[in-house]
Amino acid sequence: MGIKTIVEDNIDILVVGAGLGGTGAAYEARYWGRNKKIIIAEKANINRSGAVAQGLYAINCYMGTRFGENNPEDHVRYARMDLMGLVREDLLFDMARHVDSAVHKFEEWGLPLMKDPKREAIGAYMREGRWQIMIHGESYKPIVAEAATKQADKVYNRIMVTHLLMDDKKKNRVAGAVGFNVRTGNYHVFKSKTTIVGAGGASNIFKPRSVGEGMGRVWYAPWSSGSAYGLLIEAGAKMTQMENRIVLARFKDGYGPVGAYFLHLKTYTQNGYGNEYESKWFPALSKMVGKEYLDTEGQHLSHKPIPTCLRNHAFISEVNAGRGPIHMVTMEAFKDPHLEEVGWENFLGMTVGQAVLWAATDVDPKYENPELTTSEPYVMGSHATGCGAWCSGPEDISPDEYFWGYNRMTTVDGLFGAGDTVGGTPHAFSSGSFTEGRLAAKAACKYIDDGKAEGIVVSNKQIAERKEQIYKPLENYTIGRNEITAGTVSPSYILPMSGLQRLQKIMDEYCGGVTVSYVTNDKLLNIGLKKLSILEEDLEHIGAEDLHQLMRGWELRHRHRTSECVTQHTLFRKETRWPGYYYRGDAMKLDDKNWHVLTVSHRNRITGKYTLEKAPCYHLVGEEDEK
Amino acid sequence: MPTFVYMTRCDGCGHCVDICPSDIMHIDDKYRRAYNIEPSMCWECYSCVKACPHQAIDVRGYADFAPLGHSVRVIRDEEKGTIAWRVKFRDGRVKNFLSPITTQPWGTKIPDLRNEPEPSDDMRNSQLLAFEPKYIRMDDGDIHTLESNGLKFKEGVYY
Ligand SMILES: Cc1cc2nc3c(=O)[nH]c(=O)nc-3n(C[C@H](O)[C@H](O)[C@H](O)COP(=O)(O)OP(=O)(O)OC[C@H]3O[C@@H](n4cnc5c(N)ncnc54)[C@H](O)[C@@H]3O)c2cc1C
Ligand code: SF4
Ligand code: SF4
Repeated sequence: MGIKTIVEDNIDILVVGAGLGGTGAAYEARYWGRNKKIIIAEKANINRSGAVAQGLYAINCYMGTRFGENNPEDHVRYARMDLMGLVREDLLFDMARHVDSAVHKFEEWGLPLMKDPKREAIGAYMREGRWQIMIHGESYKPIVAEAATKQADKVYNRIMVTHLLMDDKKKNRVAGAVGFNVRTGNYHVFKSKTTIVGAGGASNIFKPRSVGEGMGRVWYAPWSSGSAYGLLIEAGAKMTQMENRIVLARFKDGYGPVGAYFLHLKTYTQNGYGNEYESKWFPALSKMVGKEYLDTEGQHLSHKPIPTCLRNHAFISEVNAGRGPIHMVTMEAFKDPHLEEVGWENFLGMTVGQAVLWAATDVDPKYENPELTTSEPYVMGSHATGCGAWCSGPEDISPDEYFWGYNRMTTVDGLFGAGDTVGGTPHAFSSGSFTEGRLAAKAACKYIDDGKAEGIVVSNKQIAERKEQIYKPLENYTIGRNEITAGTVSPSYILPMSGLQRLQKIMDEYCGGVTVSYVTNDKLLNIGLKKLSILEEDLEHIGAEDLHQLMRGWELRHRHRTSECVTQHTLFRKETRWPGYYYRGDAMKLDDKNWHVLTVSHRNRITGKYTLEKAPCYHLVGEEDEK
Repeated sequence: MPTFVYMTRCDGCGHCVDICPSDIMHIDDKYRRAYNIEPSMCWECYSCVKACPHQAIDVRGYADFAPLGHSVRVIRDEEKGTIAWRVKFRDGRVKNFLSPITTQPWGTKIPDLRNEPEPSDDMRNSQLLAFEPKYIRMDDGDIHTLESNGLKFKEGVYY
């Protein structure tokens, strides 16, 4: 194959991955950087890439300050409670105080936001819940893609970014990124003063419940390859809360969303025998986590929502007690034709597969209560979980430990993050991720204007070494393939899918996946780490038959690095902070005395060794909290 | 629900190849028509189905849990700004749905920011993002700060 090397030089702002975070970054970068060179490198096609490819039916993070609905600190308190106390409250407050301005722009750009008929006079939006507004969001992604494309100097679609480039002169400074074009095979070098990574979270690192054709029907998109984490960890960026993976209670097999069902349609769950089950599990659970996190008597009075993980815990426990399956009671709500329509459109707007599955199995929720399930775990940072990079907050609010100069900058100079990339910021969702991209872009412009990106050197050696590394799986295949007559079994290479399945099995069995009911312990985690490191040796022998497989091979490397970091973090935190997401069998209690902290890891780029530390968890405190 | 392509409808135009977020719609070398090369990495996101000018792509539920005999078809009409769905159950029942996809003509409402007035140094040094504070509340109210909201950061355990 004639591989050309294409160098894009003198970039000011390189956006890696143009999902919700990346599009927000490209948009905002142009506002503050009028003459700056802004380039997007995207693995797929910006118009339908990322977690929002099929659209969304809700914007899950909208304050509504304009309508007197919420203040930013209300959102911070909510996210804190949902995540069992541990979030980056500076980053959350900052996201929440800006997020409405993004949503109002979306409306202007044509995104159909539903209006509340009862508050028509003021034009208030239709609320699904306290934080969610309802939208007709089939074209959400094409709309934000247009906003980004208009501002960028160039959008490179179909570029699988494999590595970040590092400055060869100044330690710990980013210098751009490299990757290859999945269609032409060309080697792409992006030399840039700053890089904003919005490459999204990770699906498919734990064995999924469906393993045949249905392996693709994961909750987070199958193309969410953990690149945000893989790229950053390799570059030596510190990560936080990577143990905080998420498990979702969703409609069985199709993983159709439940938010609108619970909040708008007012459906509820019951066990296989038609009984309410949650409250039965709460007294024991309250002992595990403490009354502060689950107050079985007072929760309703305090109006604190029950954390997502704790509701999962009740679900999982009830099923393990032999009273499954858990059903969603839809038969009452679906009698109302309007609610029935909302129920279906909710799927068609963001998880079409669930509609296909119900059509295939003749499930009509008007006449039958559909089954729910708990999913395999996912690693991401914008839903009810906060995995991601340890980033600086904004200068006007962040405590010293959380501030090193530029908003949303990782611990690597010039390297910024948005969306799933940023750790400690759950409940950002689509609008919050877009907002984080905007915040990162403004800070990146300032970083350049402050002269922080002067004199970056990228040696030809670094560029050549990366090139050799990137294409090696093609070579492995060509050579190894000659040894065997036919088929997929070779003594000298493994295919990306086989490697992925090994990874999933390790993570599932040793790090708390579905087949072990989400339980792990120090012994299992240590074995897991050993197996992951042997897998890493084998990843040198991935065989890729073509460019598509080459992409799968690199996605696997990113997933592997993500998994390793998740396992390290899970081992470090000696408590069960989020029952229902995972359990440390050797430390089944929540332990605020020792673990009311954020976990921060650092992987040494040369030795591959991890160092883990505790970082203080600062809380936003108002006058009423102090009483 | 992995996709498949009807041989007689596809003309090999490549729109599906261009859009698929999973890079799994490819053109077959021999027949010059598209097909799904890796069904187990399909999210049934319908991006390709919506993009196909000939309705040549359809979806058949994942064989490992979805029985045969259903269909979910879609027509996305950019000009009308609508999307129409038709859900056909295994037992023959049919449901239809129609939703808007945009409220504006495509490609007209998003400005090129190069043409906006340059932000001042004050704005650059402030916490404001583009078009703020106006776009936050749509009035003259300023952005929230710790002082404005009577807040402090404290280490310790708060719930
Ligand atoms: C089923 C489902 C339902 C949801 N429902 C809602 C909802 O109702 N409301 C809501 O607000 N939010 C919802 N969300 C959450 C929302 O989609 C995410 O929070 C948001 O998209 C995260 O943004 P991101 O930019 O971090 O990642 P993404 O939007 O996933 O973007 C990642 C981008 O990076 C690209 N990329 C990945 N790897 C590479 C690489 N190596 N090189 C180059 N590019 C790469 C990808 O192609 C993609 O474009 C939902 C998500 C899912 C999956
Ligand atoms: S449905 Fe989505 S993932 Fe599947 S082939 Fe079409 S575009 Fe690709
Ligand atoms: S978009 Fe339709 S017609 Fe064009 S190649 Fe794909 S399946 Fe064939």
